[in-house]
Amino acid sequence: MRLPAIERLGFKSQLFVDSLGGFAIFTLNVVRCAALPPFRFRRFVDEVFDAGVLSLSIVCLSGFAVGAVLGLQGYDTLVRFGAEANVGAVVGLSLVKELGPVLTALLVIGRAGSATAAQIATMVTTEQLDGLRMMSIDPVDFVVGPKALALLVVMPLLTALFIIFALAGGYLVGVMLLGLHGGTYFASLESAITFADDIVPSLSKTLVFGALVGFIATFRGYTSEPTSSGVSAATTGTVVTASVCVLLFDYVITALWGI
Amino acid sequence: MQPSPIRDLTVGLFVLAGLAAIAYLSVQVGGLQGERGFHLYATFDQIGGLRPRAPVVISGVQVGQVSSIELDENLRARVNMDVDPKLELPVDTMASIMTEGVLGNKFLALEPGAEDELLKDGEEIAFTENAVLLERLIGKFVNDAGLDEE
Repeated sequence: MRLPAIERLGFKSQLFVDSLGGFAIFTLNVVRCAALPPFRFRRFVDEVFDAGVLSLSIVCLSGFAVGAVLGLQGYDTLVRFGAEANVGAVVGLSLVKELGPVLTALLVIGRAGSATAAQIATMVTTEQLDGLRMMSIDPVDFVVGPKALALLVVMPLLTALFIIFALAGGYLVGVMLLGLHGGTYFASLESAITFADDIVPSLSKTLVFGALVGFIATFRGYTSEPTSSGVSAATTGTVVTASVCVLLFDYVITALWGI
Repeated sequence: MQPSPIRDLTVGLFVLAGLAAIAYLSVQVGGLQGERGFHLYATFDQIGGLRPRAPVVISGVQVGQVSSIELDENLRARVNMDVDPKLELPVDTMASIMTEGVLGNKFLALEPGAEDELLKDGEEIAFTENAVLLERLIGKFVNDAGLDEE
């Protein structure tokens, strides 16, 4: 008696576990290449340009818009309780603890993660990685490592800029548009946020997200099928997997360490 | 990829801007500061909702902030504070926990005394006034009103 549905489930499970193992080996390989010389500093700077500088405009603009809308919504809700003096705390806490790290991660996935995956997948398709191997250059060391490291480094920097621009957006709406006192906004912001309980956890989150995005994007590109549909599958897969992982990890980190 | 000075410059500026943003968030928004200023502490029976980083004021002017709050060996609340080292506070300075408005945040008000001797770094402010709990006041008021009727 054959059970095709169950057989298919078993096959899919094996594939899944197989790819998880592949991902773990790939990750260790990237870490090894990044930690041991030769250090590809030139390549790393170029990748920081692609992942960071080119993401700057979208991150700052989105941050500004998010902060502005938070100010507006926060004011609307708080004014009902006569607590509009706390708009700064609402904007600041939600940004530093959740929205800053998560939204920046999603933006970077869409802007830089997809580009990274597509680029590596294209190099797989056009056999450029094989070309590097022919010259006995390890493609993980030369192509993958700098890209993953750049995404990891860029994430906290972009998140901090996102939060700054969002605070400015909240200030613009709350103080200049809705007539809150500027000092009240900053006083409630600064008394609500502490370095040890809010800023440090927020930065650790961004490092986790940066590592996730970097490894997932490069892994999907590196293991893509050498066809044009393989490139598109790698790009889509990166965006989907990385976004879901960032949101799941965000919940797990928040639930476990309460940050 | 050709090395390009302009690209390198933008990367450098980007990294600097990011680090400056992190520094601003840590120091200005997060209130990170090194060991500086003048440490004093005061013990209270009831601190109400006083929190770390609450302002310490004299005559309404902020001169420092609450650095930490802990329970001492007598199970009373010990409030540690950092204040401006330029201040000359007499030993009979009084510390009271006050509220901004009726439902606002708690803060610590210092009222300088009249002694000539000054408080030194790490010393205790002996005279304290506990936080007034609105719900206790209301409870007391309701109680008194009930007793009067009988």
